[in-house]
Amino acid sequence: MDEQRRQMLREILLSAAVLGVFGILGAALVAFTWSATADRIAFNERQMFLRNVYKLVPKQEITNNLLKDVITVRDPALSTAPVKVYRARHQGKPLALIFSPVQHPGYAGPIRLMVAIRADGVLGGVRVLAHSETPGLGDRIDERKSDWILGFSGKSLGNPPLEKWKVKKDGGVFDQFTGATITPRRVVAAVTATLLYFKKTHRRLFEAPAETNPPNAPEH
Amino acid sequence: MSDYRKIITDGLWTNNQALVALLGLCPLLAVSSTLVNGLGLGLATTAVLVASNVTVSIIRNWVRQEVRLPVFVLVIASFVTAVELAMNAWFHDLYKILGIFIPLIVTNCTIVGRAEAFASRNPVPAAALDGLAMGLGSTSVLAVLGGMRELVGQGTLFSGAHLMFGESFRGFVFSLGSDYHGLILAILPPGAFFGLGLLIALKYLIDKRMEARRARAEAEPAAMAPAQG
Repeated sequence: MDEQRRQMLREILLSAAVLGVFGILGAALVAFTWSATADRIAFNERQMFLRNVYKLVPKQEITNNLLKDVITVRDPALSTAPVKVYRARHQGKPLALIFSPVQHPGYAGPIRLMVAIRADGVLGGVRVLAHSETPGLGDRIDERKSDWILGFSGKSLGNPPLEKWKVKKDGGVFDQFTGATITPRRVVAAVTATLLYFKKTHRRLFEAPAETNPPNAPEH
Repeated sequence: MSDYRKIITDGLWTNNQALVALLGLCPLLAVSSTLVNGLGLGLATTAVLVASNVTVSIIRNWVRQEVRLPVFVLVIASFVTAVELAMNAWFHDLYKILGIFIPLIVTNCTIVGRAEAFASRNPVPAAALDGLAMGLGSTSVLAVLGGMRELVGQGTLFSGAHLMFGESFRGFVFSLGSDYHGLILAILPPGAFFGLGLLIALKYLIDKRMEARRARAEAEPAAMAPAQG
């Protein structure tokens, strides 16, 4: 009886040991791959982010290191999630603020935007970073699906006037999509909120001390 | 038919994991919205399948029966994570598109299924070949289904080819022309079910026809013989 129990215990311990060994081997494989790829992944993220930024603010105008000149703002009127503000400067002078991500609820889930506003309050442009809108309908806010989102570039709070910052159906100047009004309406609202926030705070945003620990891999 | 040939035809056709075993449908249906997406996920799955089959085959005599499945899961999960990191590093844009479906390769029943049903009972070369054949069988279905949905749904083929093959393939996209606005249904989830149903029916028809031909080929010499005699 005692012998039988000892036998069973041995079996259990052996099985546990086998499982443990494979756990360690698996973790080692993952750790090794991670250390071999981490730098490259962070580099990819930064490159993708900068590629997006340069579409909104021309590369040659930016003379500072954008990725190191970052602050984080939290304001429910601006976004439902904390927003990173990247500050582009031209030879030390304020050039543009890049808000990324500005998150607002869409039709099917949150829409995350990158909004670039030049120092004079004119939009450098807007891009959609992530969304879960209906394919074929609401997803036309995506630059790859239609050029609707490009229509924001060059606009500002005076152009068109604030009461016209709506989709056409609501009496504004921005197109809605056939079969999808809510998505473009929310995007227009998000961009308007960002412009209003910029108007109120841009001096402070440009002057606030940069974060000492900026994100290694910004969302893009 | 030699063993190796049987492994290959099983994986690619007779026991095709997507069309016959109907395994791994979650990624199959979710990612097959374009040809390149389908191909990308298919190849990632194939890489995991080969690696896990080889590993399981190597350890098949050492791992105790009672903990066999947990060990398989550990092996598969480790490889999937490694593949995910590698794709993030070297195919970053494709990685962004496939998103959650790369880590979800872990849950693809094909992989643990082949580990248990084949790799744990066969030597390493056969297990590796089985992984490759099964993986490519699924990949081809993913690619064909993705191609069908992309063509019908948005009127293009190979859109996003540069994500996988490099910038020089950016202009490689075949398009039905800008007049074709696409049938949204094909891109939406139901389109995947319709497409898969059509492919399964097509495979069934081809099998039927081949069977009929074989039956005729067998019957003919017998029928011819008395006439000749």
